[in-house]
Amino acid sequence: MKYCLALILALHCTLSAWAGEAVPLAEDPVVEQRMIAISEELRCLVCQNESLAGSRADLAQDLRRELRTLVKANKSDAEIMEYMVSRYGDFVRYRPPVKPMTWMLWFGPFLLLIGAIVVLVRTVRRNQRGETPAALDPDQRKKAQALLKDTGTSS
Amino acid sequence: MKMKALIPLGLFAVLVVFLAIGLTRDPHEIPSPLIGKPAPLFTAPQLKSPGQQFSAKDMLGKVWILNTWASWCVACRQEHPILVEFAKTKTIAVIGLDYKDQNVDGLQWLARYGDPYDLSVTDRDGRIGIDFGVYGVPESFLIDKAGVIRYKQIGPITEEALRDKILPLVRELEK
Repeated sequence: MKYCLALILALHCTLSAWAGEAVPLAEDPVVEQRMIAISEELRCLVCQNESLAGSRADLAQDLRRELRTLVKANKSDAEIMEYMVSRYGDFVRYRPPVKPMTWMLWFGPFLLLIGAIVVLVRTVRRNQRGETPAALDPDQRKKAQALLKDTGTSS
Repeated sequence: MKMKALIPLGLFAVLVVFLAIGLTRDPHEIPSPLIGKPAPLFTAPQLKSPGQQFSAKDMLGKVWILNTWASWCVACRQEHPILVEFAKTKTIAVIGLDYKDQNVDGLQWLARYGDPYDLSVTDRDGRIGIDFGVYGVPESFLIDKAGVIRYKQIGPITEEALRDKILPLVRELEK
């Protein structure tokens, strides 16, 4: 009986230790959901190609903790973004704001596309007009024929 | 006709120049938006006497450096001798921020490698670090008399950075 009790106690201890580790995730699903939605928009500063939501870096965990606090304090998305940007700069956002500094980033690809379309249209039109290269003048014709003859004898 | 043929080559050259400039930049150096802004006025327990609080407000009127370090930080060992030497010159105050560290480990580390700091404060949960936009230790901030951050060193302070950037700025700020 004694052993049995000890066993139950021991089991209980391990079980509760397990449950303890999982607590932060399940603490408040609504807060957690909003925190994750926001942190997916944010870059992890340590491993720059990972979002703050997906990173296991120490700093990312700390920042998620801060975001959780801000969400619990009912801060708006804009306020939370401001919190992050004022500390880490626009780089922390995966979608940087549109401002003169980032115009090239936002509109550059469209400029390239327009440029490519202009070149394409002009090339197609020129080909449609059936422009052929200028005819050879007698001198050039002679030269060409001489060259052709030359290859004819050598091969 | 010949000029037209050179256009793609010209565009290619421009592209190469841009890519070459890109190669000289370190993508891990993220420009801090805090430069030119007032440093966060934090208070934190001192490492050597945890009962006593240090307040950044006390530093107003002085030019000083806030240097983040930690006993677990490998790159800190690289800059540490430079800081120790710098402290001997008694140019300006250097305050250490022991970032996400255990007090015991921090104290041991200082005993082993030397203590260049006027004093160190502890940031156990990393909140002060976050307020300063710290994303990798070591990082250092040069703060002027008005409490404004004037320069940030990302990564270890090198002798070149100290000589070419920090010291000239210190001289200017101390005027």
